[in-house]
Amino acid sequence: MSLLEEMNRKATAQGIPLSAHIDITWRCNERCVHCYLDHDGKDEMSTAEIKDAIRQLADCGTFFLSISGGEPLLRRDCFEILEYARELRFNVKLKTNAVMIGTKEAARLKKMGIEQVQISIYSHRPEIHDAITKLPGSLRRSLEAIRHLTAQGVKVSITNVLMKQNAANGKAVQQLARDMGVEFAIDPIITPMLNGDWSITNLGISSKELEEVFRTEEFVGNVGEFCAPVSNVDDNVLDGYSCSAGHTLAYISPTGDVFPCVQFPMPCGSLRQKTFRDIWYRSEALTELRSVHVRDLPTCSHCSHTAYCSRCPGLAYMEGSMRGPSSIDCAKSEARTGIPSAWQLSPGYSSSKLVQIRLA
Amino acid sequence: MPLAETYLAKSTDIAARTLGDETIVMSTLDSTIFMLNPTGSVIWEAADGNTPLSRIIEKRVCAEFDVPVEQASADAQDFVDQLAKHGILVVSDRPIPQ
Repeated sequence: MSLLEEMNRKATAQGIPLSAHIDITWRCNERCVHCYLDHDGKDEMSTAEIKDAIRQLADCGTFFLSISGGEPLLRRDCFEILEYARELRFNVKLKTNAVMIGTKEAARLKKMGIEQVQISIYSHRPEIHDAITKLPGSLRRSLEAIRHLTAQGVKVSITNVLMKQNAANGKAVQQLARDMGVEFAIDPIITPMLNGDWSITNLGISSKELEEVFRTEEFVGNVGEFCAPVSNVDDNVLDGYSCSAGHTLAYISPTGDVFPCVQFPMPCGSLRQKTFRDIWYRSEALTELRSVHVRDLPTCSHCSHTAYCSRCPGLAYMEGSMRGPSSIDCAKSEARTGIPSAWQLSPGYSSSKLVQIRLA
Repeated sequence: MPLAETYLAKSTDIAARTLGDETIVMSTLDSTIFMLNPTGSVIWEAADGNTPLSRIIEKRVCAEFDVPVEQASADAQDFVDQLAKHGILVVSDRPIPQ
């Protein structure tokens, strides 16, 4: 077991929110066509409120902290917030489109000891990337920022979210990342908006394209292993949880509302009314979430994909029940193995909601 | 002539958090990660730049873990050497301003 796995196991056992994600604003200078947020800047936490939230997280044992948005650098206090988090010895990652990062900003990020800057790059071609972000010149500016960051020695990771517009660009973006000496991650799924609007999932790649992604060695490593069905389900799997959301991971919105994860819009409490500790340990919503083991899932517990499915309880929640299946993850499992999930085989199944995974 | 004291300070190039009686420490320079056991955590916590290692061993390690000074000193020196090698701890023969 690696040290990280050991840390996660201990944090789960002790109920410690080892990781937290704070969106310090939902405002953004880009208007990405697939974004799951609205860009409302109303009622954002003040600098003092955000610092207090970060201090409370430190007191509860949070070690990994992601600062994101919207575009976090739109807040004038973004660096003050990041530096405060580093003073409290968090491992800090910044998720940004980076168009506001120049030499000075890169040097400041290096000096504070940020762990990584994560930047979304949609294509190596400006006309495609900029059409997705709706900000002319954004690819050029994001790539310039990556050069400033790497020149300072800041670790950078490029995330490539795939959708119809850029479905064929994954390998080229991966090569771009390689050429720039930065990490690369691919995300082939478009998720619904947090307000429950699923229309943006129309932008997602087709099931055939998803199968191709899962059979591309450069993206998944050993294709045979990655796509192999695994049907061994033991008590360790059944007694486990779908993911870390609400167990060792917390999300805090710009208005101070606490959720299990950024992709799990189940309200757990407001930092303007309660302490983080109170919400984390006493919220009824989180208590209920933590009571759900894999064996308690009516459909998924007897699915052939159970042992390795990336079932997202947040997506399931958005479909009606955190104990239910997530159509998106059923489709991913099917694309990976060629085997339909228990949910897809059930009599009541309809793929109508799964607009982004059309059968070819 | 008395032996030179050793002073310890936490590097600023780290992330760290105490979970129960253990401590996670990660270098922001090379992402090396350490999990300090309870004894290591006590030394880590006491590494304030001003308290000599000998006093940390005597007042904290020996007092809290019931080990003889000689054994604690040898283990502590090994621990300090390892963390210093990775830039996690700053070591000096005089107090380190914080």
